[in-house]
Amino acid sequence: MQFLRAILLRLATTAVTLFGAALIVFVVVRVVPGNPIAMMLPPNATEDDVARLRALYGLDKSIMEQFVIWLGGVVQGDFGTSISLRRPVAELVLGRLPATLELSILALILAVALGGAMALLGTRWRGRRTEAAVDVANGVGMSVPDFLWGLLLILLFGVLWPLFHISGRVSPQLDLPFSTNFYLFESLLRLRFDITADLLAHMFMPSVALALPLAAIIGQLLKQSLKETMGLDYVTLARTKGYGETRVILREALRNAVLPTLTLVGVQFTFLIGGTVIIERLFSYEGLGNMAIDAVINRDLPLIQGIVIVFAALFTAVNLVVDLTYAALNPRLRHA
Amino acid sequence: MSAYLEIRNLSAVVRGTGERLLRGVSIALEAGHVTGLVGESGAGKSMIGKAVLGILPTAVEVVEGEILLDGQDLLRMPPDRRRRLIGATAALIPQDPLTALNPSHRVGPQITDRLVDILGWSRADAEARAQALLDEVHIAEPARVMKSYPHELSGGMRQRILIAAAFAAEPRLIVADEPTTALDVTVQKQILRLIAEMQARHGTAMLFVTHDLGVVSKICQDLAVLYAGKVVEQAAMRDFFRAPAHPYSRALLAATPQYTDPTGSLRPVERDVLDTVEAEIAADDREWRNGQAGP
Ligand SMILES: Nc1ncnc2c1ncn2[C@@H]1O[C@H](COP(=O)(O)OP(=O)(O)O)[C@@H](O)[C@H]1O
Ligand SMILES: [Mg+2]
Repeated sequence: MQFLRAILLRLATTAVTLFGAALIVFVVVRVVPGNPIAMMLPPNATEDDVARLRALYGLDKSIMEQFVIWLGGVVQGDFGTSISLRRPVAELVLGRLPATLELSILALILAVALGGAMALLGTRWRGRRTEAAVDVANGVGMSVPDFLWGLLLILLFGVLWPLFHISGRVSPQLDLPFSTNFYLFESLLRLRFDITADLLAHMFMPSVALALPLAAIIGQLLKQSLKETMGLDYVTLARTKGYGETRVILREALRNAVLPTLTLVGVQFTFLIGGTVIIERLFSYEGLGNMAIDAVINRDLPLIQGIVIVFAALFTAVNLVVDLTYAALNPRLRHA
Repeated sequence: MSAYLEIRNLSAVVRGTGERLLRGVSIALEAGHVTGLVGESGAGKSMIGKAVLGILPTAVEVVEGEILLDGQDLLRMPPDRRRRLIGATAALIPQDPLTALNPSHRVGPQITDRLVDILGWSRADAEARAQALLDEVHIAEPARVMKSYPHELSGGMRQRILIAAAFAAEPRLIVADEPTTALDVTVQKQILRLIAEMQARHGTAMLFVTHDLGVVSKICQDLAVLYAGKVVEQAAMRDFFRAPAHPYSRALLAATPQYTDPTGSLRPVERDVLDTVEAEIAADDREWRNGQAGP
């Protein structure tokens, strides 16, 4: 019963959040200067042509009227038609979403692995040179933003040692036998590791660029939390049982130390997803973020709205997953 | 020389500052005996227990002395070997049952972990042993309790579990660090009785840390009185309560109302007694520093 109420409450807040995001974006893109219609027509188009097209896309009505019409479509699953690409927004956005999801999740995995390793190393050899080195690495990781990491990586692995692909998601000459746009996932399922390798060679630099700042944050927070946990009574008691330092860290401290960092990592992960907009552009990766920039340049109002809604939905989904993970890891909540 | 645990001339300082926390402590503990370690808060009682179990804080450094466990010096042993030896032969009953159990693990594994991971028992044997131990510490439905998480249990229950866990590997030495201080008054007596009962049944030598002479009188055969990291007196219980040798011991005894005048209130230790002890400690420190600077 309580569980059901929690879920309903959650759905309600999600709906309100998405509605708010939609409304704000809807108004903002219509208030800022720039005319989508003018960009579609040749320079010699008449006033009449412009007016006709405006009416066609419903842009001659008041903003509130437009919003209500748009919302009416959305509840029926119709997010409108892209002005610049002339295809349904839902189809365009859902076509690109898998690419961005795969990139973000790969970056998250890299960040957790790298940050976790840093935290464990720094804790295992705390107070020694290893910890100092970890602190410096985390400091650098945090103070350089993802797009600068991207440029640096391009310089290193695109120009100096061209080991990885600088642009795109997959080599165009490859024949893709896939039925979804989750290429990486599907290539693994279908055991087409040749394609997996090609995808990873494309995703390496953008995912590392996205991962490094998050890895540094995870490394710093988790190390701090681990060090505090290592001073607690149950950890000391475990030492008297004969456990060595490494086992004490992994068995006794890690799980309890992860909890306080989890929420912050969730928030930081939503920042990472936001970062895909620039990073996908930088590496010409065909994802949602790259499409968002084109949509803004073209003043493609329906497409911008659709993309924003998807990003907002993604953020709330991340928060939900964080909360569920927290509950799963914390026996106090599991039994409540 | 029949002592099971012998601490000889143990001195510890705070790293960096050189502030002395333990001042040439010597304590001998017979196999199967209970020795009380008494002193005010901050006297260094826990520090001695931690030194024995190899869990001193990193900020504290042992600078001289020996800790002989069954004749082997723990301080001159490779750390890995010491850790395993302590895990196999000694155990701690901690002060605060609310913080001494890992909140993420079920209770059962926190009793069996040492048996399985360090001593190589099979899981089934370890679980059977844990059930028997929970029976011994008077916990009903051991099987259910073993599946519980610590937050589902009361403080008294948790302390019973920690006692069971301490006795799990049939240790020959237990350090009990104020094991009743954090509990409700009503529970304190039960837990104290339980510890005495378990100790007698298993014949475990015990270093029983407390600031309460009343508790000492109930469970210990002899005691050491600690002031500012210095043992001012070690004596058999009987002799101590009949005729404490050191003025500080006398003052401590006088300050514990039920042993002199049950209606009297707790009296603070008098100024001139404190001055005497402080002077002894200052002399001790001077001598120690000279010894350190000399050769
Ligand atoms: N981590 C530490 N670093 C430095 N000094 C400490 C540390 N822990 C305790 N001390 C000091 O050591 C002394 C003895 O502490 P302790 O053994 O815990 O006293 P108690 O007799 O109450 O158990 C105290 O003066 C305390 O301030
Ligand atoms: Mg203490």
